Amino acid sequence: MRRVLRHIYERFPPRLRLWAAKVLRLLRGLLAAALAPLWKVLRDVRILRALVQIVFVVLVGLLAYGLYSNYTANAERLRFGYDFLSTTAGFTVSEGIPHERTDSNWKLFLVGVVNTLRVVLVGIVLASLLGLIAGVARLSRNWLIRKMATVYVETIRNTPLLVQLFFWYTATFLKLPPVRQAVELPGSIFLSQRGLVLPRPYLTEGAPVWETFLLVGLGAGVAVFLARRAHLRRADRPGSPLLWGLGVFALLALVGWFAAPSPPVAWEVAELGRFNFQGGIQLSPEFAALLLGLVVYTGAFIAEIVRGGILAVSKGQREAALALGLTGYQTLRWVILPQALRVIVPPVTSQYLNLAKNSSLAVAIGYPDLFSVANTIINKTGREVEMILIIMGSYLTMSLLTSLFMNWYNRRIKLVER
Amino acid sequence: MTDARADAGAQSYEGEVLPPPTVRVGPLRWLRENLFSSWWNSLLTVGALALLYVVGKGVLPWALAEADWAVIPASLKLLLVGFYPEGELWRVWTVLFLVLGLLGLSAGLWGKLLREAAVIVGSALLVLLGVLLLADWGERLRVGGLALTLFGGMGLGWLLRLRVAPPRQRPWKRVLILCWFFLPVAVVLLLGGIPGSGLLAGVPRTQWGGLLLTFALAVVSIVLCFPLGVLLALGRQSSLPVIRWAAILYIEVIRGVPLVTVLFMASLMLPLFLPSGWRVDNIIRAITAFTLFTAAYIAENVRGGLQAIPKGQIEAAQALGLGPVLTTFLVVLPQALRAVIPANVGQFISLFKDTSLVFIVPLMDFLGIALDIIENPKWGGPAREMLLFVALVYWFFTYFMSHMSRRLERALGVGER
Repeated sequence: MRRVLRHIYERFPPRLRLWAAKVLRLLRGLLAAALAPLWKVLRDVRILRALVQIVFVVLVGLLAYGLYSNYTANAERLRFGYDFLSTTAGFTVSEGIPHERTDSNWKLFLVGVVNTLRVVLVGIVLASLLGLIAGVARLSRNWLIRKMATVYVETIRNTPLLVQLFFWYTATFLKLPPVRQAVELPGSIFLSQRGLVLPRPYLTEGAPVWETFLLVGLGAGVAVFLARRAHLRRADRPGSPLLWGLGVFALLALVGWFAAPSPPVAWEVAELGRFNFQGGIQLSPEFAALLLGLVVYTGAFIAEIVRGGILAVSKGQREAALALGLTGYQTLRWVILPQALRVIVPPVTSQYLNLAKNSSLAVAIGYPDLFSVANTIINKTGREVEMILIIMGSYLTMSLLTSLFMNWYNRRIKLVER
Repeated sequence: MTDARADAGAQSYEGEVLPPPTVRVGPLRWLRENLFSSWWNSLLTVGALALLYVVGKGVLPWALAEADWAVIPASLKLLLVGFYPEGELWRVWTVLFLVLGLLGLSAGLWGKLLREAAVIVGSALLVLLGVLLLADWGERLRVGGLALTLFGGMGLGWLLRLRVAPPRQRPWKRVLILCWFFLPVAVVLLLGGIPGSGLLAGVPRTQWGGLLLTFALAVVSIVLCFPLGVLLALGRQSSLPVIRWAAILYIEVIRGVPLVTVLFMASLMLPLFLPSGWRVDNIIRAITAFTLFTAAYIAENVRGGLQAIPKGQIEAAQALGLGPVLTTFLVVLPQALRAVIPANVGQFISLFKDTSLVFIVPLMDFLGIALDIIENPKWGGPAREMLLFVALVYWFFTYFMSHMSRRLERALGVGER
């Protein structure tokens, strides 16, 4: 390119070349003089930064305006607003807190929210337990247990949750025998197409005596806990005051149980009625399948985190603790666990959040959670944008609350650095 | 450890070095050490065996006798490619041949990790050939051809590596990399056709389905979400407050809501917010949702990598006279991206699993077709057989990806520095 230009340039007579060079130099000088202030301003980092941000805001604003004007053009029949929430819903869902067809959309949405919270809270507790057991089992010295835990974790983690949910729902619960031939498991638990029926605990006439003992026990337990903690602080010794408090409480509860005229708590076992089971705790197949799916899936992920956390505590820590004369339990409680927990808590938090978010897959198997109820409301009222904002707001609030709580817990157990 | 050293010291003091004791682990000894070392361990073993017995007693008779596996070979075409026109299936086969040939060549030329990947894929193909249900000789021939292409390509690449001096290999490698780069374009053109041209008739995207659609969704979304995620991560680390806060807002909102909502939003609201003349088909909607969703997670991974770069690197780059842009792209990003490869592969794996959620949009992906077959009265609801098969296929691909990612992690030495 350059050579070609040079070739053309040399074709011209020398005088012309001189002239051209002069004119070019003059033009360049003029241009530089004219642009100098602008150039100087643009080279200023502060101004450049402001400019970039202004351009960004303008672009985002233009995009938002474009989207908004499209929306108003496309949805002219609907005016944006939330008044539809107070109108009659005109539908009911299969389970949840009591509600009527005539209740408002808002009430129905609340039913969905409560259903979601129900499955999420129970799910988090059970998944933590399962994950803890499976995570420890993966490090077990027993070959069979180790391999079984590995197969569980690797199978579950590598298949989509939705496939598992359909498996539990369509291929397991719906294939169970009908109510008449329900499978009875030990402990009066019945399994059938209609779901899972558990015995329900209820208070008998002996309960008031026991409740008094419980109250006294609670007070005594707290008192012992506080006294013990103060004593340990003064003496500057390790120990677990909580264990003392709980022990006192348990002792009094036990005494109260036998002091009551009749056993204070009895189990109501479900009876097979004309069409379905009567009494007991009845879990719908949708709820049971969703809970099972979420617990099994999240448990596998938590198991990996627990295993990683325990492995992350270096071997020397355990050896040092044992060398100092701590017992096996003391080593676990005061050396291994605090360090492992520090590694475990943050990723487990995000697993809890995942469980909460994954509960929205309930819509696939027909459990009326908040997403699926909102979906029905959208179909009935056609208010897509409003409802999606509400859905996103609900999940964001849930995520925010969970992470606030877990961050607080994380700060509590964090290593206090020098 | 300490004991062994002490023993060795004692023995050398006596002036004779004994060989280490030969440990022979007989089956009985192995059993005692691994299953019955204490009463607690024995209890666990017995409990586990009982559990296995109960599960096996329930599952094995069903799987061997009751289950009707015939539904799977009978609907295999539907499961794999959905409603892709019968006459155009050669295009899918061509794509498979292209990909496997390229994989084989690369595996031969580079070796190591790629070779392992190729061997796993090849053995899977051979297993498919041997065990699976391909009654049709034409299909057997084609699957055999695929395996042959793979291993043939591998041999060819290997020969090239042996015969050509290392500096001369470079152009070959470059050509291969270019091929990989243009592969997605070629695949899309081949599968989708070029509407209006006489050469390749267009196949409407509504006819794509099954495993083919699952792969198309996953691959396109992965390719698109990665650059977006890197940009978001850079934005989050930016010193410009407006850009930083915009990135934080985007990332946190997306990470706070379930993928189902994003998909729902894309399927319902995309048409509302676009000019009324635009028509966006369901596949594009799903890809938009997956891309926007996964980019936020990728951004968080990349941010971890960016934060792990020691400050000295940036200062050194500045001392060498690099500006902020060059520092980012030549010094910081290459190191940061390398450190977060495993995390990102994990994200891609979960994206692959999450493509099953497209029933929201709705699309007929692998799972969608399987559910449709279950609903079909012709088969009498083979839910267990079908879902187990679907799970197995997903499992194979995800396990393969996570296995390769673990190997890659070890090969790169991430986390060891």
